Amino acid sequence: MLYINCPHCGMRSQNEFSYGGDASVKRPELNKEISDKEWDDFVYNRKSLRGKHLELWQHISGCRQWIKVERDTATHEIFKTFKADEEVA
Amino acid sequence: MTQAFRIDNGGLVDREKKLSFKFNGKTYFGYQGDTLASALLANGVHLVGRSFKYHRPRGFFGAGVDEPYAVVQLYRNGETEPNVKATEQELFEGLEAKSVNCWPSVNFDIGAINNFLRIFLPAGFYYKTFMWPKSFWYRIYEPFIRKAAGLGVASTKHDKERYEHKYEYCDLLIAGSGPSGLASAYAAAKNGAKVILAEDKPRFGGSLLTSDVNIGNQSGKDWAEGIIAELKTMPNVVVKNRSQIFGYYDHNMLVMSEKVSDHLPSTKKYHPNKRLWYIRAKEVLISSGSIERPIVFGNNDTPGVMLSSAAKEYLKVYGVLVGRKPLVFTNNDSGYETAIEFKKHGVDPIVLDSRKNPESEIIDEAKNLGINIKNSYVVVAAQGYKKVKSADIANISEDKKQLGKIENIQCDCICVSGFWTPTIHLASQSGNKTKFKEEIDAFVPGQSKQNEITLGAANGVFSLEETLKTSFTAGSELSKKITKNDYKIAIPNVVEKKSSQHDKFWCVPLPKGKNYKRFLDFQNDVAVSDVEIALREGYRSIEHVKRYTTLGMATDQGKTSNLNGLQLVSEIENKVVPAVGHTTFRPPYTPVSIGAIVGREVGKHSKPTRKSPMHLWHEKNNAVFVDAGVWLRPRYYRRGNENLFEGSKREAKNVRTNVGVCDVTTLGKIDIKGPDAAELLNRVYTNAWLKLPVGKARYGVMLREDGIVMDDGTTTRISENHYHMTTTTAQAANVLSHLEYYLQLVWPELNVNVVSTTEQWAGAAIAGPKSRDLLQKLFPNSDVSNEGLPFMGYMEGDLFGVKARIYRISFSGELAYEVNVESDYGNFMWEKIIEAGEEFNIQPYGTEALSTLRIEMGHVAGSELDGRTIPFDNALEGLVSKKKDFIGKRSLQRSAFIAEDRQRIVGVVPLDKQTSIPEGSHLVKDDKAPLPNPKLGHISASCWSVEYDNPFSLAILKDGKNMIGQKLFAMSPLKNKVIPVEIVSSHYVDPKGERVRS
Repeated sequence: MLYINCPHCGMRSQNEFSYGGDASVKRPELNKEISDKEWDDFVYNRKSLRGKHLELWQHISGCRQWIKVERDTATHEIFKTFKADEEVA
Repeated sequence: MTQAFRIDNGGLVDREKKLSFKFNGKTYFGYQGDTLASALLANGVHLVGRSFKYHRPRGFFGAGVDEPYAVVQLYRNGETEPNVKATEQELFEGLEAKSVNCWPSVNFDIGAINNFLRIFLPAGFYYKTFMWPKSFWYRIYEPFIRKAAGLGVASTKHDKERYEHKYEYCDLLIAGSGPSGLASAYAAAKNGAKVILAEDKPRFGGSLLTSDVNIGNQSGKDWAEGIIAELKTMPNVVVKNRSQIFGYYDHNMLVMSEKVSDHLPSTKKYHPNKRLWYIRAKEVLISSGSIERPIVFGNNDTPGVMLSSAAKEYLKVYGVLVGRKPLVFTNNDSGYETAIEFKKHGVDPIVLDSRKNPESEIIDEAKNLGINIKNSYVVVAAQGYKKVKSADIANISEDKKQLGKIENIQCDCICVSGFWTPTIHLASQSGNKTKFKEEIDAFVPGQSKQNEITLGAANGVFSLEETLKTSFTAGSELSKKITKNDYKIAIPNVVEKKSSQHDKFWCVPLPKGKNYKRFLDFQNDVAVSDVEIALREGYRSIEHVKRYTTLGMATDQGKTSNLNGLQLVSEIENKVVPAVGHTTFRPPYTPVSIGAIVGREVGKHSKPTRKSPMHLWHEKNNAVFVDAGVWLRPRYYRRGNENLFEGSKREAKNVRTNVGVCDVTTLGKIDIKGPDAAELLNRVYTNAWLKLPVGKARYGVMLREDGIVMDDGTTTRISENHYHMTTTTAQAANVLSHLEYYLQLVWPELNVNVVSTTEQWAGAAIAGPKSRDLLQKLFPNSDVSNEGLPFMGYMEGDLFGVKARIYRISFSGELAYEVNVESDYGNFMWEKIIEAGEEFNIQPYGTEALSTLRIEMGHVAGSELDGRTIPFDNALEGLVSKKKDFIGKRSLQRSAFIAEDRQRIVGVVPLDKQTSIPEGSHLVKDDKAPLPNPKLGHISASCWSVEYDNPFSLAILKDGKNMIGQKLFAMSPLKNKVIPVEIVSSHYVDPKGERVRS
């Protein structure tokens, strides 16, 4: 079980969190004309990366904040965690 | 019954406490401190089971967790447990156990015929034989295999025992209480670190209990006792016996199973049977020791053949002789230690050493005691069927290929030592890249991936002096990093006998003309010949060889067989062992009770039960409850002998003619506040929200980004910047997360806060033509007329002194209201409604009537919003704004979603107006069409229309828009029904929606 450093609450076990997918995906702006391809990329197309991956988790059984977690998908090593509005360095 | 093989003195059992127990129906005696295995051996019982495939007689091979044979069915306090190792099960008064995998009895086992058919049962036999003819699998092969296979029977009764889970955090977790575990725990504890020391056996000390060593002028055993006693007094140390750390998971999370009660005749009141510990450790020290490995020879599975270390343990810990004429067969000095113990207890062993001329202190001691030692000698085959009677032995050439003349010598047990295999399971599970250590012919941990270190024999270090030194240092250094303390420990001096190099010899060649079975895996009956076949048939990867032959796949996970299997593959393949590699070590290290894994989360505790504040009233009024997610909701309120159908029909009918009240507390409720609240709703819902006035409610549909409907519900504007959102019961948590996602990540600029208020409000829906009269009676000071509180209106009211929120919304399609009060007043509100409603013939109604009412109105719910439908499919496209953007809007342009013949909700009525259509039935054009009959749609919900008194269903139907009036068939192969139906509008009752506005 992963041990995730919630930037708001500290070290907590994975079972307090729920997974939210790739954090690098950016929702297209509202009211903007976009191609089918752009929209499909946003809704469906994800890279199944091996290695360092920035992903979203929500601390649902804690502060309920969405956070960003930089994790190695192969080794599960967690490099750093960020608040939702924090710049990822 | 006498314990004929118990020596007069010695051992650690309590001879004052005699215990009686039963094995295969026969009564025996043992002592407190025995295992079932040691007690049986004390009584001379060696035959305990039959092997898995050939049903050959099986005895005891080890003395602990590595035991491959002695798996029994245990009976304790009215419960039965399969797959219990007799070598681990502690004896208690009244214990009962039976052999497994034998029928009719262990002495006469019909399955043993497989032993004579064994040439027909080679590796891969199942894969090759049971494949054809196909129809034979279900009728003949599977039932036969099921009957023949298995190691015991699981109880079908509810388990009365309790199992607990515990979460723990520590600085150092130490797995194993042998010399390395004790030394490192002691050093770390002295530095003030929080230490957990776990030992799987009842006694602490590991190898110190059986080895002839001195530490700091005490015997090893006494030193261990002293250390443990001191550790137990320290507040920063948790010392646990009977506790097996069986899994090493990510981020230094380890799981340990503590057997709290298995050693007792029955579990003490308020105690669990087992406790599962989830331990998050900063550092892990693995001191799991090593397991002796066998040497492979003919008939090496005969009862009486066992590990030499086990024989020594039975003698030193339990005071039991495994035989009176022992033969010790060894390739290293460990066998001599066992021989010396035998000799000290007046038994004359014979030692066969595969080495030509070994020399060491231990060997010298054996010689001085006058033990008969034969060098360059091996056991070719054990003789005897249910017990070893003699051994065929022979001289072996230096290249280990040629056997000399076979001699037969009498013996009653053969104690084998093929050197030691470090127990690297935990290290390997942690992700450690193991490496092969030539000097010991075994794998040891290599590069660590997590914060773990392996010490002592588990790391391939077999010298006690070195083990203690490295372990004291490791415990001290690692704890120093955490606590910053630096307590100096004087490492005690050690007296131990030096060993000589072991012989890289593991398998005795077959003599000419003999075809003895030489077993590698004792539990799964995998012999040398099976692995040879697998390789001959082209299997190369050790993972494939394992699966094809089942080598190492039994419940003992090949603790004694893996390495010899690798040796064999490497020899045939002409590769070195590290090039062959080893199979993956996976948790659990040893079988763990399902009960322990499940813990307390069984039966009604498997999930929380949520009850509304009116629950007791429902109970008192004969509500029959149904699970709605984790909520318990009344399904109907039974009157007399009514069944569900009759009761729900009565309740629904009463709503249509008088007035009914339904507990809607379970609906999800979300409070939304902030200047941008309207903007959030406008983006989340498909319809427009910016112009909703204060005091008004609106129905809304929200989509996922892929255009699929996620949820629906009403949201009410309570005040300028304050909204009250309702969600369906099932989606409440998801919708909250959904809103939080967009507010925190996508549109953080919106100034809005959301919070769940589901538990804060109790809700009652009052529905029916007389609902306004009732409402007026409940709120005499409020104007609830059609003008004062129009459809989709909202007001606050005073319910006999309790502040209430009144929403004029309707799910039933009737004139209806929803009254909310703070949860604590829920029951008060409910009772007032029932009391005031009496004159209007009010009846409470449950979820079944609620469904009936919404289905015949064509209102959609979870069965239509099933994660596969878009607004159009639910006839909700009128709520989709063309002007503004919202979540999921772009997806609605996808070609499948705008197809001409897109599926759509319709009503379905059986032509005979009698036959109810099972939910899930498929709609087809031709009921006689060949399979697979093209499916046009499916029935999503069915009810008995109380308005028309005939069955009515909703369906999602292809091209549903143009199908009204068509005749189709509803087919339910599950219910074996074919029903001719007509497609009608989904708005079966009051299609113009006049009632809700009346």
